[in-house]
Amino acid sequence: MIRFDNVSKRYSGGHEALSSVNFHLAAGEMAFLTGHSGAGKSTLLKLIALIERSSGGQVVVNGQNLAKVRRSRIPFHRRNIGIIFQDHRLLFDRTVFDNVALPLVIAGCNRQETARRVRASLDKVGLLGKEKAYPITLSGGEQQRVGIARAVVNKPPLILADEPTGNLDPDLSREIMGIFQEFNRVGVSVLVATHDLALIHTLGQRILRLEHGTMAGDPRGGVA
Amino acid sequence: MNMERHKTLREQEGRSRSGASRGGFHPLHWLRNYFLRHLQTFVYALGQLSRKPFATLMTSAVIGIALAMPAGMHTMLRNVQQVVSGWDSAAQISLFLKQDVTAGQAQVLAEQLRGHPDIAMVDFISSEQAMEEFRRLSGFGEALDALTENPLPQVLVVHPSLANQGAESVERLLESLKVRADVDLAQLDMQWVRRLFGLMEIGRRGVWVLAGMLALAVLLVVGNTIRLAIQNRRDEIVVMKLIGGTDAFIRRPFLYSGFWYGLLGGVIAFALVEGALGLLKTPVHELAGLYNSQFALQSLDLATVSILLASGTLLGLSGSWLAVGRHLRDIEPT
Repeated sequence: MIRFDNVSKRYSGGHEALSSVNFHLAAGEMAFLTGHSGAGKSTLLKLIALIERSSGGQVVVNGQNLAKVRRSRIPFHRRNIGIIFQDHRLLFDRTVFDNVALPLVIAGCNRQETARRVRASLDKVGLLGKEKAYPITLSGGEQQRVGIARAVVNKPPLILADEPTGNLDPDLSREIMGIFQEFNRVGVSVLVATHDLALIHTLGQRILRLEHGTMAGDPRGGVA
Repeated sequence: MNMERHKTLREQEGRSRSGASRGGFHPLHWLRNYFLRHLQTFVYALGQLSRKPFATLMTSAVIGIALAMPAGMHTMLRNVQQVVSGWDSAAQISLFLKQDVTAGQAQVLAEQLRGHPDIAMVDFISSEQAMEEFRRLSGFGEALDALTENPLPQVLVVHPSLANQGAESVERLLESLKVRADVDLAQLDMQWVRRLFGLMEIGRRGVWVLAGMLALAVLLVVGNTIRLAIQNRRDEIVVMKLIGGTDAFIRRPFLYSGFWYGLLGGVIAFALVEGALGLLKTPVHELAGLYNSQFALQSLDLATVSILLASGTLLGLSGSWLAVGRHLRDIEPT
């Protein structure tokens, strides 16, 4: 699903966020991406979502070499990825339903189908009763679950999450990670960037560890 | 949008090839969905504007005033044109005879002039006739009774023969009449008409210049309003881009906002011009009555109204297009 070959990313200021990163996430696989702040976790996710472009090496997502994706095709690339942010990035002037429906509206889904899939998605994250509420009235954990519902509503084959539990207490964090594991069980590839080591060590998933922009630990990559 | 359309098309086609039983691709169905989506955004944009009625009204009013000025001037010119139409063909020379010339002498002179080869017709208006007409039309009836003698001169109205309607020959005739001993004043009634037409031509050009400048102003007003709207909704645009909204999709509501601003501006301009004409109608009618004319102020004609609304809409759309083109690309998720 995701393949990094010798990928590096140097920002215009000269700061090298990633250098020679190699890893492969198979289709249907789930992995956590860890590392201290500034290790390059966010940059790595941004390269996958084409928010940034790599300065060297090759990123292949879903069989597509991202260097060959033209600017005008980026939206279609992103529709195949459900992205979840630490700060949720919900639209606060719209209801939970409208927030979750947004990817379907963008894709031009018809009304009945949209309503059906939004409810299904909210059901999966346990927020079916809150569809008419505004995000501002929800707790942090609930807002994050709305963000997850929005990310999965159009059934993307890949989910990326950047510190999804950054602002949540341990119980809520465990719950959120559980939701990701459920999606993974039905075949969705999941990559979660987090520094919540205590939590992810109990989950028994593959852990990729970035250190100063290089892949320092990957059980499959052979680096200790 | 094209990309999006092609992709959907391809997907739908693929589906219809793989299994006809699953419904497949219906162009009509797709087209209906496409227009439905546009209609939704169209109405959504109007809804967004109606949530801030005061701000919307302010912007539209500025556009309305800018459009009303050239439209109003155009309408006034059209009215003036209607008043003076036909005047230019009636080149005539008024001869005001000296005070001491009697009606009889004037008749003789008229007969004499009728023999002139360059003159087609001579009308004689005696001082009594002129007085009578003045009394009837001016409303000074009783005041005029106080005059001991008629101050009005005898007047001959000379119509040049058709062959001599050209400006030069009329001018020559005028000169020859001017120097006659019994003529006090010879006045070519053409001259002021020509000057008026000259002024009106300047006015017409002026309307275009004004319209051009104000069109630019409308573009800038709409452009600036949309620019602010884009900045206010920066976060929303970023989210849209992150979850796969195409530029066309994100652009659409802003373009429709521009459309609505322009259309509303056009309607306001229409109302302003009609309101102004309504205010002027009665006094103009009264004034026309004083000139013994049936003239009534014409309101905006259908063509002008259509142009007004169409240009408002078009300017609104282009203004927002400019803003969207410039500012939407700058907003990218980081």
